[in-house]
Amino acid sequence: MLSNMTTTASNNRTILTTAIGAVLAVAAAFAAASFAGPATVVAVINASIRGTVPIALGAMSGIFSERSAIVNIGIEGMMLIAAYVGFMLNVFLSGPNIPAFLQYEPVRLMVALAGGVFVGGLMGLLHALLSVRFKVDQIISGTVINTLALGLTGYLYLAGATTSGRLPPLIANPFDESAGVAYWIGEIIFNKGIITYLTVILIIAITIALFRTAWGLRTRAIGEHPRAADTLGVNVYRLQYFNLFISGCMAGLGGVFLTLEAVGSFERGMTSGRGFIALAVMIFGKWHPLGAAAGALLFGFATALQGQLQFFGINIPHQFIGMLPYLLTVIVLAGFVGRARPPAHDGVPYEVE
Amino acid sequence: MSEASITATVSPRSPGLLRRLVGSAAVPLLAVFTAVVIGAIFIVLAGFDPREAYLGLIDGAFGDAGSMTRTLVKMTPLVFSGLAVAFAFKGGLFNIGAQGQLIIGSVTSAWVGFALQVDLGNPTLSAIVHITLSLLAGALGGALWGAIPGLLKAYTGAHEVITTIMFNFIASNLISWLLNAGSPGDGIPPGPLNDGNGVIARTPQIMETARLPVIFDPPGPQALHLGIFLAIIGALLILLLIARSTFGFELRMVGLNPSAARYSGISVKRITVMTMVIAGALAGLAGAMQTLGVNYRYEPNQSLGLGFDAITVALLGSNNPVGVLLAAFLFGAMDAGSTRMQFNSGVPSEIILVVQALILMFVAADQIVRAIYRIRGEGGIGQMLSTGWGQR
Amino acid sequence: MQANTKNVVLEVQNITKQFPGVLANDNVSMKLHEGEILALLGENGAGKSTLMNIIYGLYHADSGSVMLNGREVHFASPREAIHSGIGMVHQHFQLIPVMTVAENIVLGEEVTNGIFLDMAEAARRVRELSEQHNLAVDPDALIEDLPVGIQQRVEIIKALYRDAQILILDEPTAVLTPQEVQELFKIMRNLAARGVSIIFITHKLKEVLAVAHRIVVMRGGRVVGTTTPQESTEASLAAMMVGREVLLRVEKSPAHPEDIILEVDGLSAEDDRGHMVVRNVSLQVRAGEVLGVAGVQGNGQTELVEVLTGLRRASSGSFQIRGRLLTNASPRAITSAGSGHIPEDRQRYGMVKSYTVAENLVLNTYYTKPFASDPNWRMLPFFGAAYTAVALISFGVMALIWNTLWDNALWPLVLGLFGITDPAEAGREAMSTPNLIGLIVLIVLTLLLGSVAHQIAVRVMRWLRPHVEPRLRHMLGGSDGLVFNYDAVDRYAERLVKEYDIRTPSVQTPGGSLSGGNQQKMVVAREFGRSPKLLIAAQPTRGIDVGSIEFIHQRIVAQRDAGAAVLLVSAELDEITALSDRIAVIYKGEIVATVPADTVTREQLGLLMAGASAEDVLRAPAEAIA
Repeated sequence: MLSNMTTTASNNRTILTTAIGAVLAVAAAFAAASFAGPATVVAVINASIRGTVPIALGAMSGIFSERSAIVNIGIEGMMLIAAYVGFMLNVFLSGPNIPAFLQYEPVRLMVALAGGVFVGGLMGLLHALLSVRFKVDQIISGTVINTLALGLTGYLYLAGATTSGRLPPLIANPFDESAGVAYWIGEIIFNKGIITYLTVILIIAITIALFRTAWGLRTRAIGEHPRAADTLGVNVYRLQYFNLFISGCMAGLGGVFLTLEAVGSFERGMTSGRGFIALAVMIFGKWHPLGAAAGALLFGFATALQGQLQFFGINIPHQFIGMLPYLLTVIVLAGFVGRARPPAHDGVPYEVE
Repeated sequence: MSEASITATVSPRSPGLLRRLVGSAAVPLLAVFTAVVIGAIFIVLAGFDPREAYLGLIDGAFGDAGSMTRTLVKMTPLVFSGLAVAFAFKGGLFNIGAQGQLIIGSVTSAWVGFALQVDLGNPTLSAIVHITLSLLAGALGGALWGAIPGLLKAYTGAHEVITTIMFNFIASNLISWLLNAGSPGDGIPPGPLNDGNGVIARTPQIMETARLPVIFDPPGPQALHLGIFLAIIGALLILLLIARSTFGFELRMVGLNPSAARYSGISVKRITVMTMVIAGALAGLAGAMQTLGVNYRYEPNQSLGLGFDAITVALLGSNNPVGVLLAAFLFGAMDAGSTRMQFNSGVPSEIILVVQALILMFVAADQIVRAIYRIRGEGGIGQMLSTGWGQR
Repeated sequence: MQANTKNVVLEVQNITKQFPGVLANDNVSMKLHEGEILALLGENGAGKSTLMNIIYGLYHADSGSVMLNGREVHFASPREAIHSGIGMVHQHFQLIPVMTVAENIVLGEEVTNGIFLDMAEAARRVRELSEQHNLAVDPDALIEDLPVGIQQRVEIIKALYRDAQILILDEPTAVLTPQEVQELFKIMRNLAARGVSIIFITHKLKEVLAVAHRIVVMRGGRVVGTTTPQESTEASLAAMMVGREVLLRVEKSPAHPEDIILEVDGLSAEDDRGHMVVRNVSLQVRAGEVLGVAGVQGNGQTELVEVLTGLRRASSGSFQIRGRLLTNASPRAITSAGSGHIPEDRQRYGMVKSYTVAENLVLNTYYTKPFASDPNWRMLPFFGAAYTAVALISFGVMALIWNTLWDNALWPLVLGLFGITDPAEAGREAMSTPNLIGLIVLIVLTLLLGSVAHQIAVRVMRWLRPHVEPRLRHMLGGSDGLVFNYDAVDRYAERLVKEYDIRTPSVQTPGGSLSGGNQQKMVVAREFGRSPKLLIAAQPTRGIDVGSIEFIHQRIVAQRDAGAAVLLVSAELDEITALSDRIAVIYKGEIVATVPADTVTREQLGLLMAGASAEDVLRAPAEAIA
């Protein structure tokens, strides 16, 4: 089903790149495993996945938005606010005077997750309101959202707020260490939180929706030529509002992942540029969900390196490793922009005559 | 094209100067007013008295000579960084990288300030030379950090909004390495510019000769240094450059219509790079003001958030240098007064961040303010920044 | 024709629509009958498009009504108009280039099975429609790979797919060759015969006479007449459309070509997508002649002009202007070699909308004297010193007396704003007497110091100037002067505005607020005003009113007679034949023929533009082809 999901040659190339990348990664993993031992390799892979999820979700957010002709540099802010709201809801629901069924951990975490995602969606709607209704330049509007997120979370942040628990692994590794390779592969496939699995499902679902449904056709149409869609009776603004809400939800899920699944606590400015990296990933993936997912893996790996490099006995000041994702983003932008064709109407406000 | 959207992009010599001044000040003022009112609502929600809070803020910013001085000192780097953003805007570039350019500038100026010994016999002469060199170093550092995204934009089309942000992160990593105090136990040596205190990531103190002279020292912790006057002169020079020079004519044309600029024989690439170089130099000077005038060394977090406030300051000042001066004054006052506000009323000083974010929202989305107060005209910043990612 | 006896399917009554500053439709009424081809004729800006957009639901009329099959309708959006059987083919095709024909057609009315698109079924339906109406298209082709003629068919199928009974065609012939136009007319007649009613919007008189059953003429937002082709001639229609007698021909004497000014040799270039769109073009233009480049839009004219003006790189070949090799030189080098350029897209390339008329008139000469002048260095230190002195003294000293001023004047004021009368309530009570005299002394002192500072600074500047100025000038871009001299620019602009009859309140008015015709005259004035030796005019009269067209045509001929070489590129065959001394026909990026203007017929040009071989077309007698 996925193989004929795409219509143009460039998209096929994206999938080819993904496949080659995957093969190379597996080969590299084997090579590294024989050198540094499987435990280290699995640790790096798991760290890469942890790094990949928020960036991939951010890139999905970007795809929803930019396929609808709205440039979204507010992903960073949407993630940050959602991360904050998810975390604070979790803290709040663990507090006193809360009904017991809400205190029950799975319910509490799910409510926190949903709340964070919803608030992310609201930020998406704000972006739509500013750029569609008020025709604010979309770059400015995104910057407003980023600044607002930084200011609000900074103001409302309660230092020392702690929470009990984060999203547990959904499926435990059924193998034990005696199972050898199966155990290590199990360590990679299982023992992940719900958002990680959700991300994989979402990437596939979005790909299908974008290229196989009427919604997808209309969304791609307004990204390329909103007036053409408008003259055929497609309600451009309504679709933009809807897609921006979903875009915000995606970014929100990425933010919630940080506080509820990966870290378990909130810090000021904890998204540290992931929203922008996600944009570079989206461009790298040529506005295609699968391409973006492949790009996100690359960046996830780069972020994973920071914590894991010393296991390989390589001693570079950690600050330089810390620069890696950002440098990579710049390189991707410099190398891919201009070669990849964005949705033709991306960033241009649409005005009904 | 309707008339209103034209007045939004100020052309230096259209008639009715006074009316235009009033017109262009109305939206920023109302934006600030609206943000302050919403800020009051936030304060009430948090269970405090907004009147007490705002009175504390005003008193802390203007209450006495010491407060006034604090306001002016806080304002100084904001003028330069605000100019860095506003100047780039005029050339059609959105410089979100003022933060990175600024911290690089503070460190380079600190480096020249502590590493270089200037002794020309006469202390005044030595100071003049050393201060000039340190300021230049700050400007150069910032200019370099601005030039890279400029070059990337001009020659590869990489959008400056993302690259400048990435360079902010790269700058903070770089500085963190340069200044890290090291950890002998783990075999990590201190960074090349660390002062060797073993704990704090900071540079050594700069020489006496590199310090900006104090012009006024009221009772209280803060003394007024020369920087504020450099800032005012800087703003006026930038105003002349934008509005009255051939370079400004080219710069504005590239910002308003790059295609027409190409048609007119202007090298858009050159202007783009030059714009980012000058913007970076201005941001670098902002950093140098902090280093040479206030801290006398580079310390972590000395310019936290300055580069981002710069965006709000630039937009609040309608990207006009004089407007930037006024907006920076307002922001300097807010920063200066927030401590007394917290002391007097108990409101966390971070509320100022919220108010500032709201100001940004209302000036950036001035269409909202226009809608609330029924001001005619279309508004907008008059330039398209978001024309996709692949513009060359 | 029996059209008038058939049912009235659409009737608009007393439609009025006001835009800021323009009354676009003024009490407009008209009727459309079943199976009728109604031509709506008028100049640009006559209100045709506004009227159609009201019918189509894109605009809402201020007053008046639209009756469809005898019932009054109010369409809030195109969606409702479409559902009521109205289809519109817009002048600029509303097609998405990266999508297939079928995707474009079903967009908004998708064929689905469950939640998924059924593109196979969609393609089948498209194929069915195209066979039924003789409109051959491949449903799976990408739009961007199709020629414009086929794209137009896709547009028509889009309307038919939605069961359109009324079809609005907005300037459908602008992008077609004469032969493709004939093809379109055949389709239109065919559709009309099947009962589809067609409104055909145009400003081309010949086409109206050829295809319409009935003609409605609009001018200045009003309907000025209704007639039939049988009762009209081109001249009578033109007079009705413009409101006065119109010169259908431009008065010009025979050309006296002299030296070669522009010599193009084997030039090739690619478009933005990397396709070779200019192929091995060679041509010469001599002083004192107009060479017209005829061709259907999109055959490489745009790119050819861009290469010749330095806006696009040539991939091979060369060109010379007055003997200087300027291939891939910068636009500035080409301009200063004596070339003027009226760009095809005036708002994108030709002007900066928010710049004043004066600034726009020096858009590409601003860097030369007298517009770029040397700075008045005496002023710089004045401002610098004065501001510094005022700032330094007032800030410093104000701070000293700030306590006093604050406590006695400002703080009570602030408290008053918050409704507090007792200062103690706000936690402060310091009060002292204001020091007014001190303040006055300080202000006087400030002013004195400021003037001394100025004198010193002037002397320093005088000494610095020869060292600083050349370096600054070089750094900031090689203009002849650092300062943009608004006085000189304004004086020059005043002269051009008068000479070229640019209707503007003043030279300080933003260029973007002028009408299209006056914007174009502004561009023309700028380019002609510096007496170019070579003039490259691309679509010089596109989208402007007849008065401005006549004016610009006369000016082009005047430039020719003054000895300029003119390269005229236009999609309007009438314009090419009216102005050119020689005509070069471009097809798929190649010059297929260059012929003297007075020996070639429209039909021959049409065939050449459609890609017929020059030998066949020009050898045969004209009558045989027609």
